[in-house]
Amino acid sequence: MTRSFQTHEAPHMPPQTTVAMVMLRVLYALAPGVVAYAWFFGPGILIQIVLAIFFALLFESLMLRWRNRPLKLFITDYSAVVTAVLFALCIPPLAPWWISCIAMLFAIVFAKHLYGGLGQNIFNPAMVAYVVVLISFPQVMTAWLPPLSLAENSLDLADSLMTIFTGQVPLAGGWDAITQATPLDTLKTGADSGRMVSEIRDLSIFGDYGGVGWEWIANWFALGGFFLLFKRVINWHVPVSLIGTVILLSLPFWLADPDNNPFPLQQVFSGAIVLVAFFIATDPVSGCVSNKGRLIFGAGVGIITLIIRRWGGYPDGVAFAVLLMNMAAPLIDRYTRPRIYGE
Amino acid sequence: MTHATPDELAREAGKRTHHFHGGLRLRHNKKISCQDPVERPPLPEILIVPLLQHAGDIAEPFVNVGDHVLKGQTIGQYQSCAAIHSPVSGRVEAIEDRLMSHPSGQHGPCVVIRPDGKEQWIDLKPVIDWPDAKPEKLIEKMRDCGLAGLGGAVFPTHTKTRNGLDRNIHTLILNGAECEPYISCDEMLMREHPEKIILGARILRRALGAERVVIGIEDQMGAVQEALTRAADKAECKSVSVVKVTTIYPEGGERQLIQVLTGLEVPADGRPADLGMVCQNVATAAAVADAVAEGKPLIERYVTVSGNGISHPRNLLALLGTSFSHLVEHCGGYTDDVVRLIVGGPIMGYPVASDSAPVVKASNCILALTEQDTAVPQPEMPCIRCGECARVCPAILLPQQLHLQIKNGLWNELEEYGLSACIECGCCDLVCPSHIPLVEWFRWGKGQQTQRSLESSATDQARKRFTDREQRLLRIKQQRAEKMSRRKQMLKDKATQQESIRAAIERAEKKSHIQRDTADDT
Repeated sequence: MTRSFQTHEAPHMPPQTTVAMVMLRVLYALAPGVVAYAWFFGPGILIQIVLAIFFALLFESLMLRWRNRPLKLFITDYSAVVTAVLFALCIPPLAPWWISCIAMLFAIVFAKHLYGGLGQNIFNPAMVAYVVVLISFPQVMTAWLPPLSLAENSLDLADSLMTIFTGQVPLAGGWDAITQATPLDTLKTGADSGRMVSEIRDLSIFGDYGGVGWEWIANWFALGGFFLLFKRVINWHVPVSLIGTVILLSLPFWLADPDNNPFPLQQVFSGAIVLVAFFIATDPVSGCVSNKGRLIFGAGVGIITLIIRRWGGYPDGVAFAVLLMNMAAPLIDRYTRPRIYGE
Repeated sequence: MTHATPDELAREAGKRTHHFHGGLRLRHNKKISCQDPVERPPLPEILIVPLLQHAGDIAEPFVNVGDHVLKGQTIGQYQSCAAIHSPVSGRVEAIEDRLMSHPSGQHGPCVVIRPDGKEQWIDLKPVIDWPDAKPEKLIEKMRDCGLAGLGGAVFPTHTKTRNGLDRNIHTLILNGAECEPYISCDEMLMREHPEKIILGARILRRALGAERVVIGIEDQMGAVQEALTRAADKAECKSVSVVKVTTIYPEGGERQLIQVLTGLEVPADGRPADLGMVCQNVATAAAVADAVAEGKPLIERYVTVSGNGISHPRNLLALLGTSFSHLVEHCGGYTDDVVRLIVGGPIMGYPVASDSAPVVKASNCILALTEQDTAVPQPEMPCIRCGECARVCPAILLPQQLHLQIKNGLWNELEEYGLSACIECGCCDLVCPSHIPLVEWFRWGKGQQTQRSLESSATDQARKRFTDREQRLLRIKQQRAEKMSRRKQMLKDKATQQESIRAAIERAEKKSHIQRDTADDT
C-alpha cells in the first residue's frame, strides 16, 4: 500500500529566527539603557517611549491598510516599535507630545512606507524623524534636563505627564527652572567663548568621561549592544569602527592641544555615540552589506560626527552623520563586494 | 615561516585541517539510525528501475517487455554514459512511465521487473589483474558497471576518472563527510565494510595515477577512523590517510571539504583537478571495488531510512528499484504523525508525493518527518538585509543582494555577484528571519541565466549569420561592379585601341603622302 505526502520545498527544518525575534532582541537590548535613563533623568523618557510607540503603530497601521498589506503580520514584526523607541531616546524627556506625532509621521510614513515599507527604506527612520524635529523645532528639542542628582527641581510622573501634554512646567520659574544645557552644549558654547576644556570640565555636569548620568546610560547601552553581538543580531564591524574612529581621530587633536579639544573617551561617552554605534548605525536595512562596507560605514559616521561637533552648528552631529552615510551605503556596497569562493 | 605554494599545500592535503567560510552547526540526528547493523530487506514483489539516473539523457532500454533478465544484466544505457542494470533475475513486466525519484516529481520511463526469486547472476567478469591493468580498462569497467557518484550528485564515475586521467592528479580525496542531519549510510558503510572502501580507493588511485588517498570523515563518527585505518594497514596500503574534520554543514560539499583539507579554494570556474585532486564519495569507492574486483555492477546501495516518522529508523542495503514503501515497511512502518517524505537530507533533500517512488543510485536517505520536525510554511516577509545569509554562505556570496538582483532582473550584476558559484546548500534559507526561499530563487535565477545565455548565443548566431550574409552580398556586388568596370575599361580600351590604330594609319598615310610629295619634288 502506498501513501501520499505533502510536497513543500526544502528546507525541511523549522526556521531559526523571525523578523519579530530580531526586533524583540533589539528592544530587550535597549531595556537596561532605558531604565538607566529613567533612573538618572526621571520618568519623562518612559512617557516619550509610550507616546512614540503609540504614534508609530498608528501610522504603521494606517499605511499598511492603505498599501493593502497584512496588518497583523507587519504590526507584530515590531520594526515600528524599534523605530519609536530609538527616536524617543534621542529627544528631550519633556518634549511636548506632538513632537512624537510629527516625528513618527515622518519616520513611518515618509522614511519607511513611501520608500516601500520594511526593508526598503534608504534612510534610518528614527534618524529622519529626529533630524526633522531637530531642525523644525530647535527650541523644544534643546530643552534638556540635568540629571536628577544635580537638579534643583525635579518632576515626578504626574508632573512630567502634565508638562508633556500641556507644554507648561508646573513649577515656579517654568521651563527655566528645570532645563539645563547638555554637556556637549556646554562644551561647544564654552569653547566658542574661549574657555579651556579642562575649565569647562570642572563644571558639575561632567562626570568621569562624558556627562553625569549620560556616561552611565551609555555604558548600559553598550551592555545591550554586547547582548546583540552575542546573539548575532549585529556584527562587531560597525560599533568597533565607529567608536575606534572617534577615538583615533580625536586622539591627535587632544594630544596636540588638550586645552581646546576634549579627550577621546569624552567624545565617545558624550551625546549619542554609543547608542548610535550599537543600535542605529548597525541598522542593516539602511547600512552596508559586506563586512568591509560596514567598517567604512562606521568610520564614516565617526568622522562626520567629529567634524560636525568640532566645526558644525550642532553640538552633536551623529544623526546627520548616519543619514549622510545611509546615502553613501549603496555606493560603498558597490565597491566592497567580498571575494567569492574560488575567485 | 615560508609560505607554501598552492601545489605544496595541495600535496599536503589532510596534514592540517582548515576552515571554510560560513556554514552551520546543526543537530546531527544520526545516532537513531546507527543502532542496528545494516540489513537486506526481503526481495520486493516488483522492482521499478528508472531509465534516468545520471546526468545526460534518458537511457535507451535494451530489453523488451516479456524478456527474462539476469541479475546484473545491462537493461539500458544512454550513448556512452553509465549503464543501468537489472537488480534481480526475473521478467520484464513493463516499460512504462512511473513516478521517478527525481526533484522534478515527474513520471518517467521505468523498466518494471518481477523477480523470479532465483537471483541468477550474469557471468561476472572482474578485472583480476587490476593492480597492473591499464587505467583505460578500469575506467571502461566502471562505465559498464554503471558507477556514479553515490553522494547524491550521481555524476558518472568513469567520466570523472577519465577527466582526471591527463590532469596530473596527485591526490584522491574520498568524501566520508556526510554533513546533512539524519543521513548515516556512509558512516555505516565505513564501519561495516572499511576493506571495500580501501580496495576501491586503491583501484581509483591506480585509475587516476594518483599518489595519495585522503579519506575525510566527520569528528562525530564513532569508530570509523580506527576501522578504516585498520583496513588500510591490513591491505598494507601506506598512502591512505584518514582525517577527521569538524562537523559543520556543508562540509561534505566537494569544494568545502577540499578547502578544509588543504586551505585552498577550487577556482570558481574550475574543478578540483586544477589543484591536482579528484574527489569521490566513499560509497562510490566501495562500488568501484565491487565492480572491478568482483565484476558486480551497481545494483544496490546503502540507504538510511530515518526521521521521527519512522517507527524503527535504520540503514538498509536496498536493491535499486525497491519502492520506498517496501523499505519503510521493513523499518516497522510509519508513525501516526508522519507528514512529509523526503529523499536526501532535511536541507537539500526533495519531497516526494508518494512512497511508491523507487530507490535509485542517488537515494542516500529516505526521511519521514512529522509536523514537529518540519518547517511550518511561514509567511514570507521582506528582506531586512540582516546579513545572516552572507555570514553563513560557504561560497562567500551575498545572498540578499542576489535575491534582490534576481527579483529585479539585473542579470549582469548577478554574474558579477557570482550567482553561479552558489552550491545551493540551503544555509541561507535556514537562517533567514524573513523566511525567504532563497535557494528556490537562486535555482530559478540560474535557470534564467542559462536560458538567457542560450538565447543570447542564438541571437549572436543569428546576428553573425545576418552580417555574414550582408558582407557576402556586398562582396558579390563589389565583385560584380569591379568586373563590370573592368569590362567597360576593356571595351573602352578597345575603342581607344581602334582609335589609336586609326590615328596611326592616318599618320602613316600622311607620312607616305609627304614622302611621295618630296619624292616627286626630287
